[in-house]
Amino acid sequence: MNPRLLPFLATVVIFVVAYVICWLQFPAMLSTRVIGNLLTDGAFLGIVAVGMTFVILSGGIDLSVGSVIAFSGVFVAVMLRDTGIHPVPVFVLLLAITTAFGAAMGLIIHVLQMPPFIVTLAGMFLARGMAYVLSVDSIPIAHPFYDWVQTAYWLMPGKGRLTLIGATMLAVFVAGILLAHRTRFGANVFALGGGVQTARLMGVPVGRTTVLIYALSGLLAGLSGIVFSFYTSAGYSLATVGVELDAIAAVVIGGTLLTGGSGFVAGTLIGVLIMGLIQTYITFDGTLSSWWTKIIIGALLLAFIVLQKALLDITAKRASAREAG
Amino acid sequence: MIAKTLLGAGLLASMTLLSSAALAQTVGFSQIGSESGWRAAETTVTRQEAEKRGIDLKFADAQQKQENQIKAIRSFVAQGVDAILLAPVVATGWDAVLQEAKEAEIPVILLDRMVDSDKDLYLTAVGSDLVHEGEVAGKWLVDEVGDRECNVVELQGTTGSSPAIDRKKGFEQAIADASNIKIVRSQTGDFTRAKGKEVMESFLKAEGGDTICALYAHNDDMAVGAIQAIKEAGLKPGSDILVVSIDAVPDIFQAMAAGEANATVELTPNMAGPAFDALAKYQADGTEPPKFIQTESKLYTQADDPMKVYEEKKSQGY
Repeated sequence: MNPRLLPFLATVVIFVVAYVICWLQFPAMLSTRVIGNLLTDGAFLGIVAVGMTFVILSGGIDLSVGSVIAFSGVFVAVMLRDTGIHPVPVFVLLLAITTAFGAAMGLIIHVLQMPPFIVTLAGMFLARGMAYVLSVDSIPIAHPFYDWVQTAYWLMPGKGRLTLIGATMLAVFVAGILLAHRTRFGANVFALGGGVQTARLMGVPVGRTTVLIYALSGLLAGLSGIVFSFYTSAGYSLATVGVELDAIAAVVIGGTLLTGGSGFVAGTLIGVLIMGLIQTYITFDGTLSSWWTKIIIGALLLAFIVLQKALLDITAKRASAREAG
Repeated sequence: MIAKTLLGAGLLASMTLLSSAALAQTVGFSQIGSESGWRAAETTVTRQEAEKRGIDLKFADAQQKQENQIKAIRSFVAQGVDAILLAPVVATGWDAVLQEAKEAEIPVILLDRMVDSDKDLYLTAVGSDLVHEGEVAGKWLVDEVGDRECNVVELQGTTGSSPAIDRKKGFEQAIADASNIKIVRSQTGDFTRAKGKEVMESFLKAEGGDTICALYAHNDDMAVGAIQAIKEAGLKPGSDILVVSIDAVPDIFQAMAAGEANATVELTPNMAGPAFDALAKYQADGTEPPKFIQTESKLYTQADDPMKVYEEKKSQGY
C-alpha cells in the first residue's frame, strides 16, 4: 500500500471511531439533524479549508483568510445597506476583489521571493484593517434574497436540514478534488510542494502556479465570507478571528503534509467534520469546558505531525536502502 | 436464583432511574464566555439555580464568538432539549437559528442582552433595567442627604455605551425634584478602576475637596478607584464624600465594610432564576410571560452586613 495514503486513512478511522463513541453515549448524535448541522456549521470553514489545502500542498501558507472572511461579510453588509444593488452583483464584485487580493499576495511571494508566512501575515492585517475601516459595528443584513437562501434547505428524513450553504461546501469539495487530482494545475501544485527547483526542472510554470494558488485561496475565502454572511445575516469586523488556524488544523488533520507535496482534498473535509464533531459532543455533554475542543484538536494535530514525520523517515530509509541495494 | 433476583432488581432500578430522567428537564445554556467577573458569576448562579430545580443544564461557552453560539443552539435543537437560554454576544444575526428552534417547538429565553430579531422568535428576555438602576442610586442619595445642599460629581461609563447613557439618565430623573442636589461635574472614567481614580483626582483639584458632597459612579470599579483618590487627598470617603455606585461586585462590599463606600445597586447575576420560573409556568399551563422580565435592582448599604455579602459574592466566581 502507498504509505502516503496512511494519514488519510488514519483520519477516516478516527472520524468513524469518534462518531461511534459519540453515538453510543448520545444516540441522538446519529440523526440527520446532527449531520445537517455538521455540514451547515462547517460550511464556511470547509470552503476556506479547500483553498488552504492547495496552498499547503504547494508548500505555502495563507494566514490572511480569516480576515478576508470578516472583510467579505462587512463589505457585503455595507454594500447592501448603502446601495440598492442586488446581492448577486455585490458577490461578483467581492469575489473579484478577494481573488485579486490573493493573486497580488501570490505575485509578491513569487517576484520578491518572500516567505508566504510574512506576505500573508501582512495580508491578514490589511484585510482586517479594511474591515474595521468599513465599519466597527456589527451590521445586520436584511434582504429578501437572504431570507430566501436561509429558507432554502432540503428537509431530510428525521427533520435534518441540508442547507444551501452546506451543499455549497460539498460542491466546493467536489470541485477541489477534481482540480487537485485530475488537472494539470493540480499536478503542478503537487510538484511545487515537492520543491521549487525540481518543479522548475520538470517544466512547471512556477510563477503562474503560485499566483493562481493564492488567487484560488482568496476566491474561496471570499466565497466563505459570503457563506458566513448567510450564516449570521450580518457583517462584523471582529468575526472569524483565528479561522485561518482552524483551516490549517483541518488540512493537517485531514492528512496533508504540512511541508507540502502530499495530501488529499477529501481528507480536509473529514478534518472539518472531526472538528465539528468534537464541538457537538461537548455541547451534547454540556458539562465539559468548551476549551476542550482546542485541547483535543491540539492533541490530534500533534499526533498527525508525528505520524507524518515517521512516514517520511520510513520512505526516506526505503529509498536509501534501494540506492544502497 | 439470587443472581436472577439481583438482575431483576437492577433492571427495575435502572428503569425507574430512566423514567425519572425522562421527567427531568434538560435546558441548554449558550453563554457568551467568561470575559468579566460578573459573567462568571452569572454562569455559577445559573448552574446553582438549575440544580435547585433539578434541571439538567447543558452549558456551552462560546468564547466570545457568535458562530459558536449558533452551533451550540443547533446542537441543543438536535439533542431535543426542553428549553434554551441564550446570552447573545451581538444583537444581530439570530433570525435563522431562532426560527429553527421555534419550528422544533423549543422555547428560547434571552438572558441579560437583547437581540434584533422578531419578538415571536423568543419566549421572553430577562434583564436589568439600566435606567431603573440609576434611579435607585439617585433615590438613595435624595433620602440620605435630606435638605442639605449637595454637590455631586459623576463618573460616567464608557462614552456612548448604553449603561453609561441609561444609568446617567435614571440618576438625573431621581434627583430632578431635589433642588438641593446638583451634579457639578460629570466625566467618563471608562468603567475602569485606574481611570476612575485619575478623573476623581482632577475633580478634587478642580472643585476643591470640601465642596463635593457625594460621588456617583456608573460602576463599582470606578468607585473603588475614586475612593483611593479621595483618601490620597486627605479626605474620608464614605463620610466627607458619600460614595454610591452600581453593580455590587465583591470589592465594593469590602469598601462598605471599611466605611469607605455608602451604597451600591446590584446588577444581579441571577438572570436564570426568573427565566426558569417563567419557563415552568409556560410549560405547566401555557402562560405566556411578558416579553421582558425585569430583574430586581437591589440596593445595598452599610447596614446590610457587607462582609457577609462579600463572602457570598466571592464564592460565585467574580
